[in-house]
Amino acid sequence: MAFIPHTPDDIARMLAAIGVQSIDDLFDEIPRELRAGTLGVPTALGEMELGRLMTERAVADGRPLNFIGAGAYEHHIPAPVWAITTRGEFYSAYTPYQAEASQGTLQLIYEYQSMMCALTGMEVSNASLYDGASALAEACLMAVRANRAANSRRILVPRTVNPTYTQVAQSIAGNQGIVFEPVDFDRAAGRTLLAALEPYSGQDITALVVQQPNFFGCLEEVDRLTDWAHRNKILVIAVVNPISLALLKAPGEWGAPQAGVHGADIVCGEGQPLGVPLSAGGPYFGFMTTRMQYVRQMPGRIVGRTVDVDGRPGFSLTLQAREQHIRRSKATSNICTNQGLLVTAATIYMSLLGAAGLERVAAASMQRTAELTAALGKITGIRPAFSAPRFHESVLILDRPVAPVLGALSRRGIFGGLDLSERYPELGNALLICATETKTAADIDAYAGALADIMNPSRAAA
Amino acid sequence: MSNIPSDLRYTKSHEWVRLRENGSAEIGISEHAQSALGDLVFVEVPDVGRAVKAGEACAVVESVKAASDVYSPVSGKVTASNSALASQPELLNQDPYGAGWLFRVQTAAAVDDAALMSAADYAKYLADEAH
Amino acid sequence: MADLQAREPLIFELSRPGRGAVTQYPPRVAGSAEIPAHLRRAAPPALPEVSELQVVRHFTRLSQMNFSIDTHFYPLGSCTMKYNPKACNSFAMLPEFLGRHPLGPEPQGFMACMYELQEMLQEITGMQAVSLTPMAGAQGEFAGVAMIRAYHRAHNDLGRTEIIVPQAAHGTNPATAAMCGCTVKEIPCDANGDVDVDALKAAVGPATAGIMLTNPSTLGVFEHKITEVARIVHEAGGLLYYDGANLNAILGKVRPGDMGFDVIHMNLHKTFSTPHGGGGPGSGAVGVGARLRPFLPLPIVGKEGARFRWLTERDLPQSIGRLSGFMGNAGVNLRAYVYMRLLGREGMVRVAEFAALNANYLMKRLQAAGFEAAYPMRRASHEFIITLKRENRLYQITAMDVAKRLLDYGFHAPTTYFPLLVPECLLIEPTETETKEELDHFCDAMIAIRREMEQEPEKLSSAPHTMPVRRLDDVRAAKQLDLAWKPAA
Repeated sequence: MAFIPHTPDDIARMLAAIGVQSIDDLFDEIPRELRAGTLGVPTALGEMELGRLMTERAVADGRPLNFIGAGAYEHHIPAPVWAITTRGEFYSAYTPYQAEASQGTLQLIYEYQSMMCALTGMEVSNASLYDGASALAEACLMAVRANRAANSRRILVPRTVNPTYTQVAQSIAGNQGIVFEPVDFDRAAGRTLLAALEPYSGQDITALVVQQPNFFGCLEEVDRLTDWAHRNKILVIAVVNPISLALLKAPGEWGAPQAGVHGADIVCGEGQPLGVPLSAGGPYFGFMTTRMQYVRQMPGRIVGRTVDVDGRPGFSLTLQAREQHIRRSKATSNICTNQGLLVTAATIYMSLLGAAGLERVAAASMQRTAELTAALGKITGIRPAFSAPRFHESVLILDRPVAPVLGALSRRGIFGGLDLSERYPELGNALLICATETKTAADIDAYAGALADIMNPSRAAA
Repeated sequence: MSNIPSDLRYTKSHEWVRLRENGSAEIGISEHAQSALGDLVFVEVPDVGRAVKAGEACAVVESVKAASDVYSPVSGKVTASNSALASQPELLNQDPYGAGWLFRVQTAAAVDDAALMSAADYAKYLADEAH
Repeated sequence: MADLQAREPLIFELSRPGRGAVTQYPPRVAGSAEIPAHLRRAAPPALPEVSELQVVRHFTRLSQMNFSIDTHFYPLGSCTMKYNPKACNSFAMLPEFLGRHPLGPEPQGFMACMYELQEMLQEITGMQAVSLTPMAGAQGEFAGVAMIRAYHRAHNDLGRTEIIVPQAAHGTNPATAAMCGCTVKEIPCDANGDVDVDALKAAVGPATAGIMLTNPSTLGVFEHKITEVARIVHEAGGLLYYDGANLNAILGKVRPGDMGFDVIHMNLHKTFSTPHGGGGPGSGAVGVGARLRPFLPLPIVGKEGARFRWLTERDLPQSIGRLSGFMGNAGVNLRAYVYMRLLGREGMVRVAEFAALNANYLMKRLQAAGFEAAYPMRRASHEFIITLKRENRLYQITAMDVAKRLLDYGFHAPTTYFPLLVPECLLIEPTETETKEELDHFCDAMIAIRREMEQEPEKLSSAPHTMPVRRLDDVRAAKQLDLAWKPAA
């Protein structure tokens, strides 16, 4: 029996010690009429046979050349990251509630918190949330708790914010009376229209969400957006890409530095780019950082440094009174298990790359996307959509529906990007493309060649 | 045996209130409550000027093992909050009926006496709760 | 376990300017793409500057300070710390699964696994449909309560906003109810540890949205009267939510759907052995009966002929929506699939049997050694509670002291102080993957600790003695907040 070590002798001795005749007797408190019949699940497979099945299925999915971004990004993951993360001592450890037996995990999380503060330019971080989308939902709930000046629970969400994030925020926070209001974007530039914010000046608004780079890959005017929000006593929730922060101004520095009250108030985002593989959509991890004054409104676990009875430094979970296991119905969130293993991977990744390495990854990704955009933009029937500066994604407009084009590309082993026509029908036949440092010039040529062929078959020659 | 000053009134949720003739009330939590919570790490007091109703949660006391709401025993307007607790929450543990006061309320209407226990009644309440 | 007396420095303390793991940097790419000056970062972030060997050594040494299932018996009640098979990880990390972007064409191989996982979970829980998208038990609970609310709203029953929760419930239950905009009504349990049926009858009414229950309960005992409880709540117009944290106790023996539950969340990181990872990632798949099927969170794997595809808002217009950016913790679900295929029908039925055998054996041995079970007249389910209230009175030691002393004996402590109802308690769950010898060693340690209680109680109250740190000052951690290393100004 898989993983059950008991011999018949063990069983006999144990039943005798308990004082029952059979294992079935141990279930005598369960009413007979509730007992299940035979389970209709497949018979057991050994590791070898299951290995063949899994390999067949993996091979069926193949290894296409990937140019999709849209919230999950393909980056090189150094070999040590998962070699260490899958060590049994990290992989099979529990949440560090018994601090003395978990100093490894706790110190790691403290280092992670420190790195996220450094990257985002904020004062305090939690130990992770589930993913970027749910992190935004939690940030919105936190803004409602933290913004004493506002009563409305209205949150402004630009349409340049990842639409799935907005959907998830609605699903999770909508039940608590939060109202999300969309803000339009400049059709030519591809970033939020400041004029679209003006009608809200002086109104009772709790928070403004700003995604940088935005869902289109374009760079928002974060200083002006932040200043407008703070002038109106609105909290700024920044949604950021951690790799981009090697090059982009940290959210803690957004806005004009008057009298020290500048910078975003809550920062969140998707941590997947930091050493976590794409793996069909998860597990990833959400990060959240904020100002020290809001630390008690922040959901999730937090690790603090303290000392033991001998004065030796050590680490433990702190501020637990905010959490579900103590505060119950008044908790900041119901979150318990978070994404510990991914935080482990990300911390090792950030340690290996450092600021210098991250800058190289960010810069290379930006350049490759610029090359890809230029190469594809040369193809008849394709033009870039937006004029704003971009990070490592861009939007192209095609002269025909995108879905069949993507279908043709995928039959050639290329995942060309994300079709935006359902999410943004006003853009027409729009395609969101991404090239990271993992793509070479040859990869870009392969994509451009295949797409030219698909778009204009009469030029198929050579 | 818990210290329960006889000149104060008490609630079932372990708040004490010091009522004065001019309608002002000083509020805190009892010796029993601070002992059950353990060393306090953080105290949140209501903003001055805030209107409160009797039974409304308006402060939070937090230790490592619990974060408890404090309910105002009376209705009225908050006239003062103990800001010293922000940097020294241990004052409440050390002197829950004196330096550890939480906030003061100016009551508008007459206070509902029936809802508040005398020291003797509170002592009995604690004894009953222990069983 | 390494007995590390020297403190492992912070990675920042190991850094030196200019150092880096340069083989990991991508080559420079020539080009003129630029960030406008006003949007550019002014100074590089204060991240470590260390060599690759320094990274490997530092994090390896940190790992050696941890207790884990791979290294220690870990009887944490309600957490189900069973063996995490290595095959689950190696198959889930096949490069084709690992490199797959979620927004490309539907990966048929991966989705076949997910579809079969949905089917298997439906079958073993007695439910009609499953969504794999919630990313942890707490999110699964959220989905469950949100679906109950959506159901009542769809029936124009807008006044049903009360969720009934037993006093012994896990803290996520009332926290979740509040997150869904519901109010919580707590009901007590009786002396046997069952839900107080009279209190339940008094608590239900036209405002009842539903009840959240675990069975076996958090007190480690099977709810005898579950059929009656289900009838009472259904007759009052409410729905039943099953918290699947304790599914390991009944896997293959009883199906929550058969007990009358309308919705269940499962903790795949407990019952189905996906890694605990030092605090996640988990997976909180939800199963529902026919009533709640239209409201399931998206996306779900559907099958059309021989092809698998994602079911979306078009297929389930009444869905409570999406809870994650993509489809939940895909890699965790894949690990659960591998585990379930390795167990198969034969293995799954044995899980609860041997979990119960180990728990009852351990309880009997500890009782024989003089420890007091909280519910001595009940069978242990897959876990049981020991209360140390008598020892606390006699020797002034606490459950915390015993937990810390167990660390010195090489065992991770059981869960302490949960459920809150039982004073000075230890909630002990051995799981089915432990040998009889391991359980006997644990008993030996508890017997030795009992002797220390009587003769040298200060050894307990000042424990642990052999860990990298001694008992930590939690009060100081909360008062003098040091939550991040900051570079010297």
